[in-house]
Amino acid sequence: MLIKTAEDRALINEDDIATVRSSVKRVVALLNFSLINQTKIITAASELARNTIEHGKGGKAVIQVLDEGERVGVRLLFEDNGPGIPDTAQALEDGFTTNKGMGLGLGGARRLMDHFSIESSPESGTKVSITKWQEKI
Amino acid sequence: MERIPILKLGETLLVTIQVDFHDRVALALQEDLCEKIVNYSAKGVLVDISALEMVDSFMGRVLGNIAKTSRLLDCNVVLVGMQPAIAITITELGIQLTGINTALTAEDGMLLLQKLLKAKSGARTTHANKNGRR
Repeated sequence: MLIKTAEDRALINEDDIATVRSSVKRVVALLNFSLINQTKIITAASELARNTIEHGKGGKAVIQVLDEGERVGVRLLFEDNGPGIPDTAQALEDGFTTNKGMGLGLGGARRLMDHFSIESSPESGTKVSITKWQEKI
Repeated sequence: MERIPILKLGETLLVTIQVDFHDRVALALQEDLCEKIVNYSAKGVLVDISALEMVDSFMGRVLGNIAKTSRLLDCNVVLVGMQPAIAITITELGIQLTGINTALTAEDGMLLLQKLLKAKSGARTTHANKNGRR
């Protein structure tokens, strides 16, 4: 698998969520994702970007374009240096929330994408990776 | 900060969300709208989201809260113009906008608001008549 491009976006305050959304939108439009898939990816990015800021006390998003020959994809990494998630399985359940949210962010993002992984510890913060693939035309 | 304009059309308020629905913009809209509903004694609000390209759980919650608060202020909200891709995405995401009135176009939304208003005033008259007969 080849990482064709990668761009970093800082996630410090809520205005950065919109910046990440528009960067992701530009990338997925270029990759010819269908409108529905574009919407799903941008929405998942928005959820995770908000988590990074609200729970992770800020961090960054990395937007990667992947090429596997037969298919291309977009991978989004969200990294923070926050306190970590004590129980990631519980955090993935719908309705689980520690603040004012709906508790749909993590589980929802997982449903909207093809691949989802999460690593979290109090020492190194939380890293979430989501990917969606698109057949080459 | 950007603010979303709220237009008054008779007893109805018209809100067209055409800017990126930033978190702070969304919360400001919720406050502004409550204030205008009370000031103008508005009976209906039409919220047009046809220009929105996505709705995440935060925006969904704000839209749901706008509908709930408005109802407490004796005012109906109709959400119009949701893109099909957004409907599919928020369903998969798990956002429940139960109890929110929707219509496909602004025109249908206005008709629905009129119908809701008529049903309400109809219910009031019937109630008054019953009391009168007693």
